[in-house]
Amino acid sequence: MKILVPLKRVPDPDTKIRIQSDGSGIDLDGVKFAVNPFDAIALEEALRIEEKLGEIEIVVVSIGGDECVEQLRVGLAMGADRAVLVKTSESSDSLAIAKILAAVYQREQPDFVLMGKQAIDDDSNQAGQMLAALLGVGQATFVSKLELIENNTKARCGRETDAGIETVTVKLPAILTTDLRLNEPRYVSLPGIMKAKKKPLEEIELASLGVAAVSRTKVLKLEAPPKRKAGVRVKTVDELVDKLKHDAKVI
Amino acid sequence: MKELPAHLTGGNFLLTETDPGLVFTPEELSAEQRLMAATAEKFMEKEILANLDALEHQADGLMPKLFRKAGELGLLGMGVPAEYDGLGLDRATTVGVEEQLTRLGGFGVTCGAHCGIGTQPLQYFGTEAQKKKYLGKLATGEWIGAYALSEAGSGSDALGLRTKATLSPDGKHYLLNGTKMWISNAAWADLFTIFAKVDGQQVTAFLVEKTFPGVSTGKEEHKLGIKSSSTRRVILEDAQVPVENLLGEVGKGAYIAFNILNLGRYKLGAGAIGAAKESLKVATRYAQERQQFGRPIASFGLIQQKLAQMAINIFAAESAIYRTAANMDAVAATGEMMDSTNPPFPRALDEFALECSVLKVACSEILDDVADETLQIHGGYGYTEEFSAARTCRDSRINRIFEGTNEINRLFIPGLLMRRAQRGRFPLVAAITKVTKELLDPAPLEDSSGGDELAPAQALLVNAKKLALFVSGVAFQKFGEKLADEQEVVGHLSDIIIDIYLGESAVLRARKGRKSAGSAAALSDLALGFVNDAVGRMELHARHALAAVSQGDELRAQLGIVRRLMRWTPLNGVALQRRLAKRLCEVGSYPALVASK
Ligand SMILES: Cc1cc2nc3c(=O)[nH]c(=O)nc-3n(C[C@H](O)[C@H](O)[C@H](O)COP(=O)(O)OP(=O)(O)OC[C@H]3O[C@@H](n4cnc5c(N)ncnc54)[C@H](O)[C@@H]3O)c2cc1C
Repeated sequence: MKILVPLKRVPDPDTKIRIQSDGSGIDLDGVKFAVNPFDAIALEEALRIEEKLGEIEIVVVSIGGDECVEQLRVGLAMGADRAVLVKTSESSDSLAIAKILAAVYQREQPDFVLMGKQAIDDDSNQAGQMLAALLGVGQATFVSKLELIENNTKARCGRETDAGIETVTVKLPAILTTDLRLNEPRYVSLPGIMKAKKKPLEEIELASLGVAAVSRTKVLKLEAPPKRKAGVRVKTVDELVDKLKHDAKVI
Repeated sequence: MKELPAHLTGGNFLLTETDPGLVFTPEELSAEQRLMAATAEKFMEKEILANLDALEHQADGLMPKLFRKAGELGLLGMGVPAEYDGLGLDRATTVGVEEQLTRLGGFGVTCGAHCGIGTQPLQYFGTEAQKKKYLGKLATGEWIGAYALSEAGSGSDALGLRTKATLSPDGKHYLLNGTKMWISNAAWADLFTIFAKVDGQQVTAFLVEKTFPGVSTGKEEHKLGIKSSSTRRVILEDAQVPVENLLGEVGKGAYIAFNILNLGRYKLGAGAIGAAKESLKVATRYAQERQQFGRPIASFGLIQQKLAQMAINIFAAESAIYRTAANMDAVAATGEMMDSTNPPFPRALDEFALECSVLKVACSEILDDVADETLQIHGGYGYTEEFSAARTCRDSRINRIFEGTNEINRLFIPGLLMRRAQRGRFPLVAAITKVTKELLDPAPLEDSSGGDELAPAQALLVNAKKLALFVSGVAFQKFGEKLADEQEVVGHLSDIIIDIYLGESAVLRARKGRKSAGSAAALSDLALGFVNDAVGRMELHARHALAAVSQGDELRAQLGIVRRLMRWTPLNGVALQRRLAKRLCEVGSYPALVASK
């Protein structure tokens, strides 16, 4: 069995994000980077499946510049077997990413793809769905519980929806996108980091995949959200109701 | 002993200039090294911070449990060779992890006592059989280690210890009798390295399992801080230690004790700076959140000054730590051994003993300042247990006391130079003679105009080295061998040497970093900020020292030389500190400050 896990390089969730003064992007100066947390959850799930089923191959893939090697090494240190970097200097929107991943999928022919439901930088939550559509395979998104059934030909997935947990079963191959509560990723152990040095990491040029992956969306401007105003303290329930009615106009 | 390259010779920074290319800086850490530190950071966040309250109250079994978890991640066997189940990592790599482990509460003391003084005597002085038996267990965290040198009556005077070791009539055991005091990890330790006197005379080290008959521990000490760590007496009542557990040779325990303390001091320095960075982060955040007079207190000059000062001192200390770590690695890589003991031990442990003491004193005092100013920035809230500042103050304080008090280390620094000079290992006398001659000839000193903004600082440091040698020479001429009795003079000399090592390390790092990192401006500001403050300190120490030695015209002439050497046009420290503080607030933490433009 082979599982493909895409890993995106994103600013570390603990770093302070500053927007460039012209609003053209975030100021990356001094910013630490990490594997997108939802992708780490996807990789953790793949590793747990491996622990259960025995020998399977876990391939991590990242799309971007040389710097993404860092995140691939994290994936290898966590326990992935092999890494692929698709090199491009263009910034790619969800559809472009989905197209590139589709090409990688064709090349790798995995049994399924486990990926984060969204990346914490642009929060698009689209690449997984688009990838499934491009490949014409099934999908289960927002997965918070995963079980392989019927001789590993299907995945029974608990999906987090606004109405509660929905259980769906998809035939493999499929695209499964992971939600926060699926698992808690393991630490990247020091021995793991040392072993990762010896694992294969392949770099391929985007052009060699033969896909036209042009972004159709453009970021016009970034703005920091408005500062939250200080709250007001109310003395009585009546006052609260009155304020909700007349000031906030929510009831 | 083989001659090592100048920059790999202990104390040599006082005699010659070092090319920036020869110093290792944190900016050069590889992605892999950073990843290891990131693992430790996450571990501290998720396991230690989340459990801090319970740990501080010594919740039953919690610390050993978390300790073993750290072991599973490889955090406890970094320096142990792979053949004994360690990772065989060099020191430059492990510093980053150590900085993280000491970030919060007493956990760093637990780990430090284990990985450092608890494991290293065995690692460096144990026989093959001893290492096979114990080292792997310690490297993986399966066993916890401790080091027992101090006693109620012998702390600084460690060799005044009273614990006795007597060979049993059948020659199979040593029987140990005595009480060790202040032993870190005592409650949980499986293996103690215990120092005792064979025949009441010869200091000797023993590997003592906690389950050996006659070994017990006292009750927990009620400490000011690092409350999550364990500190107890170890009581030895006819404790039976098999003869094969004697470490090294009879009578050679002092070598083991002191060489291991050298390393411990450098590790303590790294740990203190890890804690200082954490404290600065807390202070920076609070200063931006707390509003007074309708604006964040971070916008006030006196608060900015504190924040910048903390960053400046942390930068210099950190530069010196990484420089020393990599130099120790380089000496270790030569395979040079000191063969005065059996077995011989790596020269890397001994070579930088002076630098290790410098780091111990400087980093522990910087941490105390940082912790204190962090509390001050919190105002009244800092004085309560609601915020971490109070705990940080309590936790930081121990660093000036253990691993040799700062007074003992201050005495050690010039003392070591003198001893090495006497043994022909360090050309101190020649250097003093040369500098003294040069200074009596009033030819103009080196001209630093025309260089870049770091050039004046570099030139000042060249003169500061002359100052240190000059004052040493004057003091030595007056007191000779009795200089050691003039502790205050020795202390002033130490303080000058400490500022030189940190200042030079900072300037070299800034010089090197500006080529590779995008952070040239911040690095320069940090290094210059340090030197700008150090000038006044060094001058004052020199004046106090000389005034205690000379008088009248002679003194006036000497003070003239001091003035000449410490000539320095002050930088606009206010502007510099405001720049640093502003940037620090923008990026949020010290590591981000040095990584940013
Ligand atoms: C929490 C904690 C953990 C510890 N862990 C360990 C451990 O794991 N293993 C271990 O062996 N020890 C440990 N120690 C002991 C520690 O190393 C000693 O406390 C330290 O060496 C100082 O010794 P002392 O307490 O006897 O003070 P003293 O030696 O009595 O010193 C008292 C004061 O006098 C000064 N002084 C002493 N001699 C001189 C001198 N010649 N010139 C000038 N000033 C002098 C000192 O600097 C100090 O300020 C620990 C201590 C503490 C508090």
